[in-house]
Amino acid sequence: MDFQVVVLAGGSSKNLTPLVSKELPKPLLPVANRPVLSYVLHQLEQNNLKDLIVVVEGEDTALVVGAWISGTFIDRLHVEIAAVPEDIGTAGAIRAISHHLTAKDILVVSGDLVSDVPPGAVAATHRRHDAAVTAMLSSIPVSGPLDSGSSGGKDKAKKLGRYNIIGLDPGKQFLLHIATGAEIEKDARLPKRILRAVGQMEIRSDLMDAHMYAFKRSVLQEVLDLKDTFQSLKEDVLPYLVRSQLKSEALSNRTPQGEENGNEKVTSQNNQVFVSRILANSSTPSFHDHSSENPDGSASTRKTHKCCVYIASSGSYCVRLNSIQAFMDINRDVTGEADHLLTGTSSDPNNNIGPSPKLGTKTTVGPHCMLGEGSEIGDKCQVKRSVIGRHCRIGSHVKVVNSVVMNHVTIGDGCIIQGSVVCSNVQLQERVVLKDCQVGAGFVVTAGSEYKAESLARKEK
Amino acid sequence: MGAQKKGATARVSEDQEELARNPLQAILLADSFATTFRPITLERPKVLLPLVNIPMIDYTLAWLESAGVEEVFVFCCAHSKQVIDYLESSQWSSQPNFSVTTIESHNSISAGDALRLIYERNVIHGDFVLISGDTMSNMSLTQVLQEHKERRKKDANAIMTMVIKKSKPSPITQQSRLGTDELFMAINPVTKQLLCYEDKAERSKGFISLDKTLIADNPSIILHNDKQDCYIDVCSQEVLSLFTDNFDYQHLRRHFVKGLLVDDIMGYKIFTHEIHSSYAARIDNFRSYDTISKDIIQRWTYPFVPDILCGSSAIKVERQGAYRASDVTLSRSAHIGSFTFIGQGTKIGNDTKISHSVVGEGCTIGSNVTIEGSYIWNNVTIEDGCQLRHAIVCDGVIMRSGAVLQPGVILSFKVVVGQQFVVPAYSKVSLLQQPTQQDSDEELEYADNTSGTGELRSDKLNGDIATDLSETAYELGTGGVGYIWSVFEGAQDEEWKHSVAPIPTDKLVKLMLDKDEDEEQLTQDGNVLSASGELKADSDDNGSEDDDNADSRDDYGFFEKEVEATFLRAVHENVKVDHAVLEVNALRLSYNMASVDCAGAIFYSMMKLAVESPHHSASELHRNAADIITKWQKLLKSFLHDIDEEIEVILKFEEMCLESAKEFAALFPQVLHLLYDKEILQEDAILRWADEKEGADESDKVFLKSSEKFVQWLKEAEEEDEDD
Repeated sequence: MDFQVVVLAGGSSKNLTPLVSKELPKPLLPVANRPVLSYVLHQLEQNNLKDLIVVVEGEDTALVVGAWISGTFIDRLHVEIAAVPEDIGTAGAIRAISHHLTAKDILVVSGDLVSDVPPGAVAATHRRHDAAVTAMLSSIPVSGPLDSGSSGGKDKAKKLGRYNIIGLDPGKQFLLHIATGAEIEKDARLPKRILRAVGQMEIRSDLMDAHMYAFKRSVLQEVLDLKDTFQSLKEDVLPYLVRSQLKSEALSNRTPQGEENGNEKVTSQNNQVFVSRILANSSTPSFHDHSSENPDGSASTRKTHKCCVYIASSGSYCVRLNSIQAFMDINRDVTGEADHLLTGTSSDPNNNIGPSPKLGTKTTVGPHCMLGEGSEIGDKCQVKRSVIGRHCRIGSHVKVVNSVVMNHVTIGDGCIIQGSVVCSNVQLQERVVLKDCQVGAGFVVTAGSEYKAESLARKEK
Repeated sequence: MGAQKKGATARVSEDQEELARNPLQAILLADSFATTFRPITLERPKVLLPLVNIPMIDYTLAWLESAGVEEVFVFCCAHSKQVIDYLESSQWSSQPNFSVTTIESHNSISAGDALRLIYERNVIHGDFVLISGDTMSNMSLTQVLQEHKERRKKDANAIMTMVIKKSKPSPITQQSRLGTDELFMAINPVTKQLLCYEDKAERSKGFISLDKTLIADNPSIILHNDKQDCYIDVCSQEVLSLFTDNFDYQHLRRHFVKGLLVDDIMGYKIFTHEIHSSYAARIDNFRSYDTISKDIIQRWTYPFVPDILCGSSAIKVERQGAYRASDVTLSRSAHIGSFTFIGQGTKIGNDTKISHSVVGEGCTIGSNVTIEGSYIWNNVTIEDGCQLRHAIVCDGVIMRSGAVLQPGVILSFKVVVGQQFVVPAYSKVSLLQQPTQQDSDEELEYADNTSGTGELRSDKLNGDIATDLSETAYELGTGGVGYIWSVFEGAQDEEWKHSVAPIPTDKLVKLMLDKDEDEEQLTQDGNVLSASGELKADSDDNGSEDDDNADSRDDYGFFEKEVEATFLRAVHENVKVDHAVLEVNALRLSYNMASVDCAGAIFYSMMKLAVESPHHSASELHRNAADIITKWQKLLKSFLHDIDEEIEVILKFEEMCLESAKEFAALFPQVLHLLYDKEILQEDAILRWADEKEGADESDKVFLKSSEKFVQWLKEAEEEDEDD
């Protein structure tokens, strides 16, 4: 397949402090004890998309991520690592690596996507329609009410539930309208022009743009060249392409003036075509052809391009790791209901316990838990719906519920950890109580302290 | 609906009781409250106009009867006597199980009034079908009634179900088929609830606006451009009382439907029912008259087709859709083409060709006549050699030999067209003069179509009445009788849209391209965040379409516009300065602007007025400006409280000189001086402006340089003052 894949892996992420650090950039955040990036790479490998460019922010990150990839996927994927400056946005990142792009079509995937939607299907849809861009849409995930049981949390989830306003054609193949970002909060304004061409448009507010796009390379590069203010693929490039799909500038190299002149000329030539079509009263096969037909079939001045969608089936799993909440949710889901994402590891379907954990007496590890290799748990502990990394030492009478504990963490006797994230090399002394907290790497929590909904991290420098 | 708490069984039995008690009722509006069929409707009500030789109302009543309606209330207003007489003499007055009751009104001016009147009569006792007498259909009402009832059981607010039908999704097909404007509807695909109804391009030209709450409430909404409103509604009783409650509802769609959709307090809901295989359409204008006539001839409306409706009167359908009554006298050499109807007792001469047309009863058509796509009603005489293309010819018309009707001509009752006379395309000819004053009701509803009435009429129509035969004869050739109605200037372009004649191809293309270009502008506006200054909002109306993040800027643009309008009104109507100040202040508050903005906007309006009033030379322009400034200085001054505001005025003036009113560029120092003389600007303001500009770019200092002398003079004067 002549597809090049760009994985936008990012680097540090403000949303995820204190979880990410220099040593542990976002792409390597563990989800069920595997770096989040591995899920995307695994999916790509499965779909035989093996020509990859992984874009990360910052040279340091590039080194760390590169080392991990070459260690893990050597000989299995052809990966280039490209470092780009921070804060140039997704479009900026693509612009920066534009000269590396050579294939006919480019698949852009966000590195924080944890999904079982086959990228190959998106690529195939893209090819089938010969589209300029194909976006993958998924149903909005029902964010976990488990850890936010209060009614307030529910309201919030409902409010956050609106990600995009998306207009589709009746066949649900073409993307006719997309509103992102701030536009969502306003009244929707839908262009009549596209509506006229298509006849009916379905407006959906229950779909999410999952940040997996297939672009035609020429279109992508041209848009990025033309519109040098575009920062984000999601908020600038995609809406632009959708908006201009019936009069594409991206495919024609003319200056606007030339195009206008051309248009006028064609007007008279086109009369015959218009008229014959009108009189025949024929329904056009697809609305894109509607505007693109031309008498001689060549030198088309009214260019159109297609914006397609691939809608993931409602049962599929598709979440982006872009907040701490999402991090928790994904960890819980991947060990729980979406455990099919963990291919090749598991022995027990309910309990992903590594090969050599040592459990003390009367310690129970509930279903949907994961214990990394070399971790030891003392007596009379309880672990429920949690992920515990490698080489952790957990004392006795410890309760870990709905939490993520990374590697090399030491937890003293009698600790209670609920709904929290504990990063690597953290030391929790005796009788620490954490509820809905995040503890940054290397932090030491003194004995007996209690925290609720706090973010604990070492002072940098 | 107080019985909701009762058990399910009780409710079912009650429903059955209810059904048994209430026969299905229908309200038929035998008046469309529109003027689209003038001049014909001046003499005969629209519902009695023949459609393939049978009055329209017969089709509607026949359908209602077959659909199981038992009681029809026919509301008559215009020509009510004719309608009542017709119904009394027709078969409908003596049908078993189908009663037709007429309700007469002389002062109703809209559908809203009609429904209010019917509410007062208290004759409707349950769900009813609401249609107008010009609706053709053959759909079955069973399903839609059942859906409506079931919805009502679940939700008492579901008070109306609209019937819609798929049409082709192109602005051209809508225009070319029924001559209607394009219609946008938003419907929830699951519940079929109607969420938005927009039949005319309203405030947002290139965009449909959907309220965000709608989107929040409905995860999926389907926006339709490919549906046609059939104007058949199943309504609950509440609809009538709603019309009474909202006494300003006039139009069924424009006011009632939209009113309900917008109103979220009462929470009334409208639902849609789509029909797929049945026929339903409304005759709204001449174009739909043409289209629906053809549909009837081609039997889309079966069983409501002429040969069945007329019963035994022996109309035969021959091949290729030629309908012929039994006693037609037809010359051997006459050629009757396909899809043509020839009525009883009509005589047709040698070598006459008729195709795609309807010829009524008792007509006499001579030799060598060509009739194509035309509708000829009863007792028409067409002499030898006439040519008719896409025309409507009413009862009793006489066309002398060799007369020609160009496409789109309407000849009303008893018009006589003189020998060899060519009636120009789209003419409307009547024995009655064009009414000089449109009725107020039509203004109300169709203000957009009839605006600009009186003054555009040619003088001769205002002259002496029909006695002046020589003049009328002149209008329609020798021996002709009738007035050719003039077309209002604004409507001239519109004429082809609603005419019986097919839309000329160049118009179609134009129509299509127009729509496109509209959009083009808009999309460009949306794309390019141009450095549009505030003046842009003035120069074109698309300012509002600018991207939303230019909101505040737009606001200022609107504000400026409003101020300008206020100012111009003050100038033209001689409003007192104090009042103008009040008005501008009110605007300032409502737009949440500072008085700096007011000063800027007022000054801008004044200068714009000066530029726009006629002038030939710079000095005249200067004088204009001086006049205006002198006259309105008080208005301006009342917003100039401190130096900052005065500086704003100078800056504004600079901006104008650069952008919208370049003519002032040369006059800059003079006007500045003038403003100083009139004590609108203090010298401090000018000097501070000069100081500020000192450090600016070279290009920015053009005006400073041109007024250098004046500034210099001011400075010296100041120094002198200090010396004193």
